[in-house]
Amino acid sequence: MVGKLLVRGMLAGVIAAIFAFAFFKSYGEPWVDHAIAIEEQHSTAAGMAAEPELVSRSVQAGLGLLTGVLVYGVAIGGLFAIAYAFANKRLGVLSPRSTAMLIAIVGLVALIVVPALKYPANPPAVGSGDTIGARTQLYFLMVAASVLSATLSIMAATKLWPKIGGWYASLAAVCIYAGIVAVMMQILPAVNEVPEDFPAETLYNFRTASIAGHVIFWTLLGVAFDILRLLSEALWPRRGINAA
Amino acid sequence: MSAITNPNVYNSPADDAIPLGQVLPWAVFGGMMMLLSIYFVGVEEGAMSLVSSNYVHEYVHDARHLLGFPCH
Repeated sequence: MVGKLLVRGMLAGVIAAIFAFAFFKSYGEPWVDHAIAIEEQHSTAAGMAAEPELVSRSVQAGLGLLTGVLVYGVAIGGLFAIAYAFANKRLGVLSPRSTAMLIAIVGLVALIVVPALKYPANPPAVGSGDTIGARTQLYFLMVAASVLSATLSIMAATKLWPKIGGWYASLAAVCIYAGIVAVMMQILPAVNEVPEDFPAETLYNFRTASIAGHVIFWTLLGVAFDILRLLSEALWPRRGINAA
Repeated sequence: MSAITNPNVYNSPADDAIPLGQVLPWAVFGGMMMLLSIYFVGVEEGAMSLVSSNYVHEYVHDARHLLGFPCH
């Protein structure tokens, strides 16, 4: 049962990743190129030799980007399916479709949007190689805190639901999540390594493209997961996960 | 209309949810495989290294930046 769901989630991840790739390619790559051009200007001005290219820019921006987004998509799709296997029919009145969309929205907010508020995506040329270890730790700490508190608040909501009703249980969940995340953001140190003369337009558009690509990915992940459920119910009625 | 007669409303929570014991092994194994894949896209050679060349790191360079992982 769970195996079938895992396959479904990974397939949905592939579908969503293809669209996210198309978006990143059209609206993200121009700003990556911009940032790299700035980086090269700086190193030329400083009299440094150009970095040798292990992988050409066109491969990085094409096949490399596609591979990276696809691998990420399949992995997130799989984790999505596992979350769905835990959550489906345990969240009170929510139908399978609503459960899938709730996980997609909570995933987008908890895994991407909230951590990005504290540690936003950065184009090449922003961020020093010396601090990459510390920045990676902080980023994953923020992601872990956000995902754990989101899970915790949803579990709290299911416990509170029969006692205080859906509206107040949901409000309580949001308050618990926002509270924990706000404290985490206060505790964790800020990171700002944007060079002083880095163009604001490049930074802004790069970050917007990053978030927008994730919005496309997570929305389509939820929708594709539910379409695949309908498809599987139509093809194999009343068998396995569909017989309930 | 009562919720019980309405087939669109699900109202027997947890009754036929997949038992936790059945989800757990998948969650542990699947979760580890998925996190490993994300590691290769998001972290390899950025902060840590499993493959002793920059190839994986450089190959998914643009994806890592656009997906929002810390990099340089």
